[in-house]
Amino acid sequence: MVSIDVCDSAFDPWDRLAQYQRDCMDSAGSVGATAVFVGTMRDLNEGDAVQGMLLEHYPGMTERYLEKISQAAAGRWNLIDSLIVHRVGELLPGEPIVLVAVWSAHRKEAFEASRWLMEELKSKAPFWKKERLAEGSRWVEHNTPG
Amino acid sequence: MLVQVRFFAGLRERVGSAGGEISLPDGATVATVWAVAVGEETFPDNTLAARNMEYVGFDTPVSEGDEVAFFPPVTGGAW
Repeated sequence: MVSIDVCDSAFDPWDRLAQYQRDCMDSAGSVGATAVFVGTMRDLNEGDAVQGMLLEHYPGMTERYLEKISQAAAGRWNLIDSLIVHRVGELLPGEPIVLVAVWSAHRKEAFEASRWLMEELKSKAPFWKKERLAEGSRWVEHNTPG
Repeated sequence: MLVQVRFFAGLRERVGSAGGEISLPDGATVATVWAVAVGEETFPDNTLAARNMEYVGFDTPVSEGDEVAFFPPVTGGAW
């Protein structure tokens, strides 16, 4: 199974993870490995203090793309389950932006699939960051290397 | 034919519009959509295009009722 959520208010990735494992997974006995990545907003970028951020996206295309890469990862690494939660809207430093969790029989698949999903998400999912600085705001134009 | 055009993020601010419905000649491509909607033949470096929410090249033909979106490089996820 693959699950996607684009949410417009703050979320706690650890609560979401616990809730998902408790309520949505029915194959827990076959899981040997769980890999989890949580990305949070930093208060510094390119040498400037960042006070806040607006995360814009393309509703519809975002969900379609996240679903597509989740299905691709599930097939390629024989995953048992996966969950992607991505924040949009106004964020403050320290708030979680993204949760990627994958469940598989063995650790190799879980590690590789979670890394691949994050890189695919960063390079192609239609999200855009606009940082709020002490003086004005700016669109982020480049991804940092992983 | 009529298509929906959409602009996102910094490109929306540059164009000064989130998009709308435009009328195109037969044989139009994604590049035609840009030219008609923005009034410029050239587009900023790194501009990405999607047709019906799938990435496409600018030479892709469009059809009646399509949604064509233009946007800058994406920057989701975390550092």
